[in-house]
Amino acid sequence: MYNFSFEKVKSVEEAVTAIQKAEDGKFVAGGQTMLPTMKHRLAGPSNIIDLSGVESLTEIKAHNECVTIGAMVTHRSVASSPEVLRDIPALAKLAGNIGDPAVRNRGTIGGSIANNDPAADYPAAIIGLGATVNTNKREISGDDFFTGMFETALEEDELITSISFPVANVAAYMKFENPASRYAIVGVFLVKLSDNVRVGVTGATACVHRGRRLEDALNKNFSPAAIDPVELSVEEMNSDIHASAEYRAHLVKVMTKRAVEACN
Amino acid sequence: MVDNGIGASVLRKEDNRFLTGKGNYTDDVNVLGQTHAYFIRSPHAHATIDRIDVSAASASEGVIAVFTGDDLEKDGIGPLICGVNVTSDDGEPHRAPLHPALAQGKVNYVGDHIAVVIAETLAQAKDAAEKVEIDYGVLPAIADTATAADNGQQQIHDVAPGNTCYNWPFGDKSAVEEAFETAHKISTLELVNNRMVTNPMEPRAALGDYNSGTEEITLHVTTQNPHVHRLVLSAFNQLAPEHKLRVVGPDVGGGFGVKIFVYAEELVVGWACRKVNRPVKWTSDRTEAFMSDAHGRDHVAFAEMAMDERGKFLAMRVNTTANLGAYLSTFSTMVPSYLYAFLLAGQYSTPLIYSEVKAVFTNTAPVDAARGAGRPEATYLLERLVDVCAEDIGLDPAEIRRRNFIPVDAFPYQTPVVQCYDSGDYPAALEKALSLADYDGFSERAKEAKSRGKRRGIGLSSYVEACGIAPSAAVGQLGAGVGLWESAQVRFNPTGNVQVFTGTHSHGQGHETTFAQLITEQLGVPLENIEVIHGDTAKTQFGMGTYGSRSLAVGGVAIAKACEKLIAKGKKIAAHALEAAEGDIEFEEGNFSVAGTDKSMNIAEVAFNAYVPHSYPEGLEPGFDENAFFDPLNFSFPAGTHVCEIEVDPETGEVEIVKYSAVDDFGKLINPMIVEGQVHGGIVHGVGQALLEGCQYDADGQLITASYMDYAMPRADNVPSFDVDYAPTNPPDNPLGVKGCGEAGAIGAPPAVINAITNALGIKHIDMPATPENVWRAAQSMG
Ligand SMILES: Cc1cc2nc3c(=O)[nH]c(=O)nc-3n(C[C@H](O)[C@H](O)[C@H](O)COP(=O)(O)OP(=O)(O)OC[C@H]3O[C@@H](n4cnc5c(N)ncnc54)[C@H](O)[C@@H]3O)c2cc1C
Repeated sequence: MYNFSFEKVKSVEEAVTAIQKAEDGKFVAGGQTMLPTMKHRLAGPSNIIDLSGVESLTEIKAHNECVTIGAMVTHRSVASSPEVLRDIPALAKLAGNIGDPAVRNRGTIGGSIANNDPAADYPAAIIGLGATVNTNKREISGDDFFTGMFETALEEDELITSISFPVANVAAYMKFENPASRYAIVGVFLVKLSDNVRVGVTGATACVHRGRRLEDALNKNFSPAAIDPVELSVEEMNSDIHASAEYRAHLVKVMTKRAVEACN
Repeated sequence: MVDNGIGASVLRKEDNRFLTGKGNYTDDVNVLGQTHAYFIRSPHAHATIDRIDVSAASASEGVIAVFTGDDLEKDGIGPLICGVNVTSDDGEPHRAPLHPALAQGKVNYVGDHIAVVIAETLAQAKDAAEKVEIDYGVLPAIADTATAADNGQQQIHDVAPGNTCYNWPFGDKSAVEEAFETAHKISTLELVNNRMVTNPMEPRAALGDYNSGTEEITLHVTTQNPHVHRLVLSAFNQLAPEHKLRVVGPDVGGGFGVKIFVYAEELVVGWACRKVNRPVKWTSDRTEAFMSDAHGRDHVAFAEMAMDERGKFLAMRVNTTANLGAYLSTFSTMVPSYLYAFLLAGQYSTPLIYSEVKAVFTNTAPVDAARGAGRPEATYLLERLVDVCAEDIGLDPAEIRRRNFIPVDAFPYQTPVVQCYDSGDYPAALEKALSLADYDGFSERAKEAKSRGKRRGIGLSSYVEACGIAPSAAVGQLGAGVGLWESAQVRFNPTGNVQVFTGTHSHGQGHETTFAQLITEQLGVPLENIEVIHGDTAKTQFGMGTYGSRSLAVGGVAIAKACEKLIAKGKKIAAHALEAAEGDIEFEEGNFSVAGTDKSMNIAEVAFNAYVPHSYPEGLEPGFDENAFFDPLNFSFPAGTHVCEIEVDPETGEVEIVKYSAVDDFGKLINPMIVEGQVHGGIVHGVGQALLEGCQYDADGQLITASYMDYAMPRADNVPSFDVDYAPTNPPDNPLGVKGCGEAGAIGAPPAVINAITNALGIKHIDMPATPENVWRAAQSMG
């Protein structure tokens, strides 16, 4: 780890001022991604701005057919939140299966989506549920938030404050785990709304995406069989020692089918 | 019967300290004035070092010294050695390239040591390391085992043409050929034994501390064999004379083979602490461990079995290429040779076996012994081949095994491959395992699984292994540079409690409990009055350490022999005190008594008399403290049958182990709970190899599985609850009637798992690790 200055802030305003003043500042939330990267000397920010003292970021609120989760809410808190369990049980289940207990006790939803790891779980839920990412500057539609591998629409001094999820009782997240890291080789977050279906797919490609072809097929016929004829573009799939592009494409369909079964 | 003696599942004495954070591991040891070492390692698999400039690094804040290979060479330190000779087919010894502790002009694998920075803090050492300038001349690299010796490949070492360390043929080639010519059926199989990174929980570490007053170096190090470390570092690496080198390996958090060997970092730290006259500490991080711990396995092999009409094995032929990595690690040469080919008979009476082993160099980390070492490779090959034979000849896998087992009345049994098995009842273990696994009910379960869209499979593995390593004469004849006896000292203190000094080393095996139980059983001393001490050359007598499941079978016997000496001496003391003839003294459950009387004396009182000999037999030495050495007559041969039942999800290729039954013959069990724990751990290790673990280098020799993000270790949810039972026999050569149990699971499990998968999918073979994608692909071909 390289040397850095450490600052613990109390409010969103202080956090933003601090990052604007810093030469190469970084927010730290749960540190579960940030700290290993720094320990490996792959990142050497000049300033670390610790968000753990900003109380306004730790709330979960249910309102208007919506659940809003503060950026600093840990995976464990999402998994055990009565509001989330009641209004979006699939999201609670997703959070409860991220990493291990230590990671879930420290890692946050804001940190996860800001990081946008192509194999992370939450991004599939943001896309699948059509969530809105709230920042100190604006509201960003979930569909526009994830812009590329480890890249988001966030500006340098932009802080995620919360994420608003529409209530969804008929939804399921199916994850095929990487046997080593247990991140998603493929994760499919499927939401059945009254008039249409939304599918968020993580792990499969360089960046989380909406499974439009899967949605089209399911909008016509909401059944596992409807997935069989769907052709997915193998070229766009990730390929690594754990799963080839072809296998990933296959798994996207299998996980989607299983999500449909779980919603039926 | 004494309490807590042989056969009692006593809770482990050592766990109080381990479970309450009071363990004393190498990295826990900190000494005044300590500095920190950071090693600069090669990012390239194969390159010349054209220039190193350490001037900026040396001037960096907090830096005490930066050393390179030249500094070691100037002081005559090293090189690292390999201690076992294997004679190649040209009659020459195996080719042994120079293995400097810090590179001299060339690096041969990613992680190869180039220089060391010693600084006040680790962070300062790392900062300075970034300032070392190195110009590399990158050379093409070879990482692939199968093609390493092919014509036209990049040559790694001048002394090893064709990247070949040795070609080692064994057996009667022409007799085997003849048998193959006339055989009814020949079954063949080509397979890979996947490379593993052993991954003990505690990474390697070393702390060198030089005392200029006594001129003694104390080296704290993660070791399975402190005296072997001291011997090698003294006699071969010129670190310090043996009497001026103290090696301390206090608590060690898992070894599995990795901590047998003498590594570059340990030698460098030991040398540097004298050079800078400050203590120097190094602790491996996990990435370094992946890169630079000795790896295990890594074979490609072709095996053939000749059979008669009834499926009787007539002859076997095996051709193996074994990857030894870039350099020869301490015991590397013997693993794919003596520890492998000599186990190829397995549990079968196959009369003729011929094996050829080609050991190759590649631009990968050195490969050496890992839990089982050679025996897992032999067992996997044989037990997979036997299943192929069963399919080819149309027999049930259990039946073909029955037909070929060495009969119970044939023990001791001389195999055609050197080993003479001590005792065994292979049919007993098989039948017990089959009933534990409800083998007969399998087809019903398979049917039910199919109705759920799953494919169920069942697989057997009937293994035998050679452990209790080993008779010194036997290993000496084979080319080992050491003897493999073991030592013990059993010391009574005047107040009657006992300290046991063992030359073995416990790094998770529970010796402190098992060995104490031996003493309790033999001397009647309560368990809580016994302390087992190991792991410090300044405390214990010379011993050979722990590996090859030898601690109880060899080290335990040494303890028993020391106890016998104490009893003999105690009888003399008691006879004097009780005013009886020595011949009338009997010893039982801790008491010396005069036969036919009620006169008796506890062993604690005898010990007191020996230290306060106011009234004492004339001519007898005072003190109650005996040592003993034991050199076994033979290896010990644990064996057993494991049955694995799995379900494949053909849609995803996921394999779930639904039931696992193991029946082993370990001879007599001292602490059944500890033995069962060893079996569980061994099976998980084997399941890891079969389903999850695969160390991969890419074509340029870059290690792609260099962290737990990519290297899949087994976790609790990868395995079911195991059904473990025993079918013991009595090994006549072992005075305690024990065999080893530490490696059996890792040896028996891989073929049981893979045989279950091939059974489920109706395929001939699938290589390890059987990852979901590979199983899914195999399932595609299924009808
Ligand atoms: C062993 C292990 C296993 C894991 N397994 C999984 C898994 O299975 N699935 C999964 O999805 N993830 C997994 N993770 C990742 C985990 O979920 C992390 O918690 C998450 O990726 C980062 O969250 P964090 O709160 O720790 O963020 P940090 O590490 O603190 O920060 C990550 C990045 O986000 C930025 N950031 C943080 N908060 C904000 C904010 N409010 N606004 C703007 N930027 C911000 C930081 O500057 C940094 O760049 C795993 C991690 C570990 C260590």
